[in-house]
Amino acid sequence: MYYNLPFIIAAVIAVIGIAAMLFRHNLVKVIMGLSLVEAGVNLFLVALGYRIDAIAPIFTNAPSTDMVLPTVQAMTLTNIVIGIATTAMLLSFTMIIYKKYGSATTTTVRKLRG
Amino acid sequence: MDIAATLTTGFGFWNPLIWLAVLVVALVIAYIIWVYGESSYKPGTEQTKPYLSGNREPAAKRDVHLGGGHLYWGFTEALSGYYDRIVPLHTGVLTDYLLWFFGIAAALIIIVGLI
Amino acid sequence: MTGDVILQNAPALLLAVPMLAAFATPFIGRYSAVARNIWVIAAMTLTAAIGFILAYDVFTAGTVIYTFGALDPASALPLDSGGIPIRIIFTVDAMSAFMVIIAAISGFAVMLYTMASESKSSGKDGFYALFLLLIVGIMGMVCTGDLFNFFVFLEINSLAGAALVAYRVDKGVAVEAGLKYAVISTIGGLFVLFSIALLYGQYNALNIAMLASSIQYTALDKIALVLLLAALAMKAGAVPMHFWTPDAYSMAPGSITALLVVASQASLYGVFRVVFTLYNVVLDYVTIGWIIIILGILSMFVGVTMALVQKDVKRLMAYHAVSQTGYMLLGLGVGLAVLGQQAALDTYGIVAMEGGIFHIINHAMYKGLLFLTAGAIIYRTGIRSLNKLGGLGHSMKWTMIFFIIGALAIAGIPPFSGFASKLLIYESVFLFSPVLSIIAMVVSILTLASFVKVFHSIFMGPALPEFAGVKEAPLPMLVGMGILAAITIAFGIAPELVVDTIVTPAALALVDQGGYIASVLGGA
Repeated sequence: MYYNLPFIIAAVIAVIGIAAMLFRHNLVKVIMGLSLVEAGVNLFLVALGYRIDAIAPIFTNAPSTDMVLPTVQAMTLTNIVIGIATTAMLLSFTMIIYKKYGSATTTTVRKLRG
Repeated sequence: MDIAATLTTGFGFWNPLIWLAVLVVALVIAYIIWVYGESSYKPGTEQTKPYLSGNREPAAKRDVHLGGGHLYWGFTEALSGYYDRIVPLHTGVLTDYLLWFFGIAAALIIIVGLI
Repeated sequence: MTGDVILQNAPALLLAVPMLAAFATPFIGRYSAVARNIWVIAAMTLTAAIGFILAYDVFTAGTVIYTFGALDPASALPLDSGGIPIRIIFTVDAMSAFMVIIAAISGFAVMLYTMASESKSSGKDGFYALFLLLIVGIMGMVCTGDLFNFFVFLEINSLAGAALVAYRVDKGVAVEAGLKYAVISTIGGLFVLFSIALLYGQYNALNIAMLASSIQYTALDKIALVLLLAALAMKAGAVPMHFWTPDAYSMAPGSITALLVVASQASLYGVFRVVFTLYNVVLDYVTIGWIIIILGILSMFVGVTMALVQKDVKRLMAYHAVSQTGYMLLGLGVGLAVLGQQAALDTYGIVAMEGGIFHIINHAMYKGLLFLTAGAIIYRTGIRSLNKLGGLGHSMKWTMIFFIIGALAIAGIPPFSGFASKLLIYESVFLFSPVLSIIAMVVSILTLASFVKVFHSIFMGPALPEFAGVKEAPLPMLVGMGILAAITIAFGIAPELVVDTIVTPAALALVDQGGYIASVLGGA
């Protein structure tokens, strides 16, 4: 149970993010929800690679051979970078939409429908 | 490789070259029938005027043209029960798009998980 | 010597060339617009050429393995690794090569087209950089043999695609479309990453072949499968997750829409790769097969009926793109549903898959062509509403001819290419379930009806005074459309040649999971 705590927290963060995306109509809050889901997935990835009493996977002068998994950490880093790019792009889209539409609410940003 | 080979479908076959040959033969036959027809075409008479069910031809040319919105209105009218439900579903609201996506994912988890 | 080096490193060059070219484009564009145009055309031509070389290699010599960072790229397993592929591997089998061909042809034709269609616009440095990055995303998705790598290219694909959709702000409406596309594909991407994490947590591998050889179909695997399936089907535009498709397709520039079709098909490829290669033997074929079939039927029917009532020419075509994706899902879904029964698979399963796969390349060609003609009409008139257009057949004759070719092909009128692939689907699916086949035919009739509407309202009628100054589309646009039109006709005249050379190997490569695993891990 105790060792599953990181996974549970990751799930909770992701669910909060999904709920924010579904029940908030402000575009900025939707993007915040997206970032929360991303944080949840990142935490899940890092938690997957954790080993008890393990060290960073650097072999030079390593005091023990119990090491955390480096692959998931590399994946997390990649996803953080991708996430920054996506969030920046989405927020700049929101800025343009607010300038042109005078609103950033999903219920009014719907010129494309039908 | 033989270009003229036929595409077998497990049920029948399809060879576009044979089809084209048949099409050409049909066109030739149509042309022959057309040639034997009676030539009574006289330009500048009533024959060359458009016939619009006895109505006068509109003076402005754009009145002759039917825009896209005029086509198939009977079809959509007949299926209005379907269209009145399906078109409003495309709300254009981002939240609804996400709701559908999460909903389908959840439904698939239930289907695949149970069966 | 140089030829050997190119051939050996083709999978890496396929990505390196457009990626380097993309990042160099803004720098070259600072000095000269002409030099930049030549640069991007050269980069795209080179990429397409490498793609064809790679595809030729795959179709003649079998699956190509490329291991990044290894001394010998062809050996996936380092000697001291104990039979585990630790590096990032590109596994280009016949199905991947098939998708590479599609991306190469479309990318090249669209690149020529943009030379004229974007000539009046500003900010072209970024536009072409994103264009080439989108090509990178597509090529990477279809070539990679590594799940995490697949996710990265999926994100490149989504980001570049969304940025291009929003690139011409268009009073904010294009940005709205771009935002919707970006949000929904990012959340889809996170689903994919989460399922990759689930698989990695259980099997300690990211390599598709390695995962496929050890997968168990536990409860977690089922969740991972569903999330992958939902996210990738959404990216491919399957109903009822298709809502972003008409928005993004209709607001993107015409040239980009033709490319977005290929980008969606790369996601469709992802669906098939996941079910056929990653899971295959452990799957419950009937359930998953029917899920894909139902998604396909819904896409076909809802797509075409929604298209009939559209007034915006590009939105109408976008709904047809949804509808045509349904045919591919139907064909491959039937193939999957009978995967366990060898007799049924031999009689009609493989044929249904061939039909679906053949339809992918046909669709990319004729739907790309149709979007390009729509782009040409909007470029010349600035109007996209079918109610306002009319009488353009008098001034844009070539565009009209190309439109007719594309419209007849998508409606499945013989002898154009759409007919051959649809016939394969109809007849094989009829043996599986007659009702599905009949629905597919009805959808085809409705497709024809709606393109009659488009043709009539754009090209027919007397020459209207407001379009008196409209000229034929410029030459580069005509050349771009001409390439796709020529391919559409050629595929229609010689379908057997195409099916035998590239489609059947692709279908067999999908079915043969063991062959895919063996090509990476060795042994049989």
